[in-house]
Amino acid sequence: MASLNVKAVIVSLLILLVGLGVWEALNQPPAASAEMTEYERLMGGADQEARVPPPSQVLSHAFDELSDPFYDAGPNDKGIGIQLAYSLYRVLTGFIAAALVAIPLGFLIGMSPLMYKALNPFIQVLRPISPLAWMPLALFVIKDSEQSAIFVIFICSIWPMLINTAFGVANVRKDWIRVAQTHELGALKTAFLVILPAAAPTILTGMRISIGIAWLVIVAAEMLVGGTGIGYYVWNEWNNLDLNSVIFSILMIGLIGMLLDLVLGSLAKLVKYEE
Amino acid sequence: MSNRFLSIEGLSKSYPSKSGELVVFEDVNIGIDKGEFVCIIGHSGCGKSTILNVLAGLDTPSSGNVIMDGKEVSGPSLDRGVVFQNYSLLPWLTTLQNVAFGVKARWPKWSKDKVNEHSRRFLEMVGLGHSLQKKPSELSGGMRQRVSIARAFATSPKLLLLDEPFGALDALTRGIIQEELIKIWAETHQTVFMITHDVDEAILLADRILLMTNGPQARVAESVKISIPRPRSRAEIIETPAYYKIRNYLVNFLVARSGNLSGSSGSAASETREVDPTLLSSEADTTTSKEPAPPRPRAVNNY
Repeated sequence: MASLNVKAVIVSLLILLVGLGVWEALNQPPAASAEMTEYERLMGGADQEARVPPPSQVLSHAFDELSDPFYDAGPNDKGIGIQLAYSLYRVLTGFIAAALVAIPLGFLIGMSPLMYKALNPFIQVLRPISPLAWMPLALFVIKDSEQSAIFVIFICSIWPMLINTAFGVANVRKDWIRVAQTHELGALKTAFLVILPAAAPTILTGMRISIGIAWLVIVAAEMLVGGTGIGYYVWNEWNNLDLNSVIFSILMIGLIGMLLDLVLGSLAKLVKYEE
Repeated sequence: MSNRFLSIEGLSKSYPSKSGELVVFEDVNIGIDKGEFVCIIGHSGCGKSTILNVLAGLDTPSSGNVIMDGKEVSGPSLDRGVVFQNYSLLPWLTTLQNVAFGVKARWPKWSKDKVNEHSRRFLEMVGLGHSLQKKPSELSGGMRQRVSIARAFATSPKLLLLDEPFGALDALTRGIIQEELIKIWAETHQTVFMITHDVDEAILLADRILLMTNGPQARVAESVKISIPRPRSRAEIIETPAYYKIRNYLVNFLVARSGNLSGSSGSAASETREVDPTLLSSEADTTTSKEPAPPRPRAVNNY
């Protein structure tokens, strides 16, 4: 198995090198074939075509940004660390609020066939709504762009957690419920000592899906509400035509998204059990 | 009958079906004394699991009632411990935690040390003292069932209900655990009600074996006394002449008479006959196997 891992790392590195190499090669400014005229020199060279910056430029820019991630030079110029922190704060606030609602509600739905049937139509209608469609209504009702962004995260993270919790709770093995019954456990003890640990892996899967969606949505939400955050940063750098920063922030979005998934993945491992 | 430790009186269970009422079993009367080990045998569908679930309080009968220790049984209780066929261990808990789960439920005021000490003692009784920290998924089927048995015995219920506890185990493992069950039963003297499909297992373990006719409309036709002296072991019991006599009698019932007797209701037929096969003459024994009608063994005391 170790040799397979080593091989995989080598192949990954090769793909990375080839990809970066092609990207670098395709995006070189053309060598000036003739002496530039005075006019051409004044206009910034003979290169009339906009070009994606090559990886060498992006990487050196990334190094500059990451060596001072928390600087704050006014509303339009903040370090990448500050922007990511804003986004993470919104995602985590919305996500935790959603978990606090979705998990108890999912428990109720999972334990009561009546509530399942009664609430199912609402869930089915509300779930497919793009979270950004809520934004205007949220802005109107909440009257605060910051909290509206958090609300959008809340509404998009709630569904996978709600559905997975209900499913996990409804499908706890009957045998385990019987164990609780024959040991005279009350409703609350049954919920915490038997149903919760039994459904925990399914609940965690829902939380993992939710945080992934929340991280996707926050970028779009911040592009709309503006001000701060990684989504705003990407759009702002596009307006500044600073493609180095755009590409750099895309990479950072991917990296943080991966880290969030890793954290929930390791939490899921803690509650996992084998039958 | 009412002065016995456990008495099941006029129990029946029926379900509504397309062709009217489907009566699984009816007019089941069973009395069990304190400390008695009773096995119940019958073909699938005769409702023995339902009877056990009613005793456990997990199911309700259509009519009749169950009285244990002077009190009517309604709903599950720690007074009646259950061992299920599929072990029913909580897979996220270790062996020790699974037993402690039961002990904590039984004695909520015990300290953690006392709970663990008590749990450990019962796990050692079933030979699992070395696997306390293992999860059920790391244990074999036989070991899992031992944990389940330890959990049930550790809560010292007044009545222990075993629902085909060894049904899913291979024959060799089953034999070993049967002897462990004998050992732990001898130490604790629990009253046990056990479902089994295995005639040899029933003879080895039971004081009395209840024989059920086939469903629907099943009933407890006979109560067979196992007079083989204790302590019994698998190796010695097969040396006893009584063993084969009992065994033949039981097999004969299951193969031939359980079907013939089924569905025949009426006041006379619904009584449970007490039988001791060792007191039957061999002649009566062989003729009964050919007769389609209910046999008339010599040693019968209807009560």
